[in-house]
Amino acid sequence: MDVPKHDVLIVGGGGAGLRAAIAAVEADEHITVGVVSKVYPMRSHTVSAEGGTAAAVREDNTDSHAYDTIKGSDFLADQDAVEIFVKESIDEVIQLEHWGCPWSRDPDGLMSVRTFGGMSVDRTLFCSDKTGFHMLHTLYQTALKYDRIAWYDEWFVTSLLKDDGKICGVTALNVRSGAIDAIPAKAVILCTGGAGKLFAFTTNASIKTGDGMALTYRAGGPLKDMEFVQYHPTGLPGTGILITEASRSEGGHMINREGDRYLSAYTPERMELGPRDMLSRAFIQEMRANRVFEGPYGEYVHLDIRHLGEELIMERLPFVRELATEYVGIDPVYEPIPVRPVVHYMMGGIHTDANAKTPVDGLYAAGEAACVSMNGANRLGSNSLSEIIVFGARSGKAAVEYASEQEFPEANTLSQMAQAEKKRIEEQFLKPRNGNERVATIRRDLQLAMEQGAGIYRTEEEMKTACEAIRKLLKRYEQVEVDDKSSVFNTDLIAALELGYMLDVAEALAHSALLREESRGSHAREDFTTRDDERFLQHSLAYQTPEGPRIEYLPVSITRWQPEERKY
Amino acid sequence: MSAKKITMRVTRYRPEQEDAPTEQAYELEFPDDWVVLDALNYIKDDVDGTLTFRWSCRMGICGSCGMMVNGEPKLTCAAFLRDYYPAEIRVEPLQYFPIIRDLVIDMTDFLHKLKAITPWIVRDEEKPLAEGEYLQTPAQLADYKQFSMCINCMLCYSACPVYGHEPEFIGPAAIALAHRYNLDSRDEGQEARQQVIASSEGIWDCTLVGECTEVCPKRVDPAMAIQRTKVATTTEWAKSMLMPWGKQ
Repeated sequence: MDVPKHDVLIVGGGGAGLRAAIAAVEADEHITVGVVSKVYPMRSHTVSAEGGTAAAVREDNTDSHAYDTIKGSDFLADQDAVEIFVKESIDEVIQLEHWGCPWSRDPDGLMSVRTFGGMSVDRTLFCSDKTGFHMLHTLYQTALKYDRIAWYDEWFVTSLLKDDGKICGVTALNVRSGAIDAIPAKAVILCTGGAGKLFAFTTNASIKTGDGMALTYRAGGPLKDMEFVQYHPTGLPGTGILITEASRSEGGHMINREGDRYLSAYTPERMELGPRDMLSRAFIQEMRANRVFEGPYGEYVHLDIRHLGEELIMERLPFVRELATEYVGIDPVYEPIPVRPVVHYMMGGIHTDANAKTPVDGLYAAGEAACVSMNGANRLGSNSLSEIIVFGARSGKAAVEYASEQEFPEANTLSQMAQAEKKRIEEQFLKPRNGNERVATIRRDLQLAMEQGAGIYRTEEEMKTACEAIRKLLKRYEQVEVDDKSSVFNTDLIAALELGYMLDVAEALAHSALLREESRGSHAREDFTTRDDERFLQHSLAYQTPEGPRIEYLPVSITRWQPEERKY
Repeated sequence: MSAKKITMRVTRYRPEQEDAPTEQAYELEFPDDWVVLDALNYIKDDVDGTLTFRWSCRMGICGSCGMMVNGEPKLTCAAFLRDYYPAEIRVEPLQYFPIIRDLVIDMTDFLHKLKAITPWIVRDEEKPLAEGEYLQTPAQLADYKQFSMCINCMLCYSACPVYGHEPEFIGPAAIALAHRYNLDSRDEGQEARQQVIASSEGIWDCTLVGECTEVCPKRVDPAMAIQRTKVATTTEWAKSMLMPWGKQ
């Protein structure tokens, strides 16, 4: 076997994966950890997160953060997980500070906090408006200190390996050489991020194709709460580039065509700082009432930060200015920014418990790829950057503990599995097969089906249509033919493999959405307009079967906060 | 939006087929707001799936999509076609790096250099998390903040004449990052970093023309970092000559 084996193998080199790697090597000085990432770790999508990281560093206790998170989740979050999260996020942000993260500071030298949507007090730490970028680079550079972390940069995972019901490694394509190998491991942690690329209009990077979710689904693990897709209310029309919520924390206004701060009709107490699901729905309502602007990339409203002044914008929101100026030629110091809701985040993901453990032995998950669930039906802004470090660290520790009681798998078994996987990929993609479908065409059709069936508002008919469309696309995918049949850096092949992942995740998402006959958080149905705690105070769990997803339900864990009406 | 026509000449190199890079021309129509990366994606999706390049965030922060555009190192997600129209556009891999395939360069050399400058906080003693954060005033933060903005896009290496001649040169981005940690009030690792840089091939050849700073899409100003590092190094050297007993 060419490739060394690792006690713990992490797939994904973003914030969650890197935090997991550091936690794992620190938990046991005798182990080695591998980090497999399809891009160089500092390219991971954590890099694009802007506004901040929530932690109750300035509060006497964490109850308020817990309550805000649970209310934000429309009471679908598991409250035991949330209680762990709000406590541990405090130490985790301080740990990052000790590692050099350049948090913005108050005059007395303490880390600054800003307000954020759905948070009742200021508790969002930030590095101006490039918080994810700084967290990612701090974590990556700190991780370089540990020689026991082996880096598989630009390796693409094609399957999870199982022996005797337990995960025993992965098969991965070395992008540079084209070789497909098994990487043996006692435990695997998936930190592969979300799946925003299921939609055409998204803030997400091209790499966000739901790889880890699909790998788990195919390995028999369930995907939880997949119907909950977060639309961020302020993306740039056309590109979908994110304009951070921090622009509203700092005092920015949302203005419709009539010149009104229209959110007074939707979230009167919190105005621009209501939760994202409500703000995105408010946009659709304004659109239906004909009070929005029309542009070449559809309707939009204005995000106005002019009154904040150039000095504050340059100190707190320099990236907003850079992005708006560079990409749409609008300097927000002088002009309002055109914005519209855009797919941003998957609340759902790989079903895990609060130790990041999935129901598949030896398999763990953390970050956006996972669903613990602490975000329930709607995530509050700035909770995801703390989620990746809290549950990243927990996953690393839990995987080490599990691995300490496991043996490495038999080399022969693994090598046979790798051979079989190599054959599968060659037969399916690299041999000429007269397929008549292009990767990009199927991907576009999928994105169209998702936008029509899993939008901000949903109906049974639209979702059924999406489910049927995805089934047909899965059939067409069998006929996909890549142009590129070569070995070295074959990104055409990777795009085809990613498309396969996207189709599986999309199907789980659409079916979970169809069966949830209520409106909760980001899942808003025109045919079931209210929350139904009798039937649906439950997580959905999607299992893959040859006939399509099988959906089961799991009760929500309620500790101290009974569901109530959600108003802002 | 009216579409205009433009010709893009793109470097092709398929190591399994050919010994040296060649060029391929693509003619395409583009709307006014397309960037070079959009054009490359159009080609890949609809014309020729074998064209190979890296990209991810398309918002200028992941650092993946650096290429030479008409001879200048650029992030292709921020290089608008309209700024080159009606002339042809030449898209090549970043210069001074080995080419893996088409527009994809090999940057493993940089990763070694990055690690070599100890890009993490070094302290004799760590205080426990329970004692909270290290205090750092906005002014102390401002001392190093600019040098922490590097996205590792490699444009500065591709613009650096010294790196072009001397691949051993540790290079602008790595020096800027070393400088970033050296200036951080929480750090105590200056000495080790300074030695790595001072002994690096090439640093004394850098004439501070500042091409690195010029091309930096994030205004990191590596030239300033190099300059200050040189001054610090010569001062240390002078001190050790004049005051050999004066080791602080």
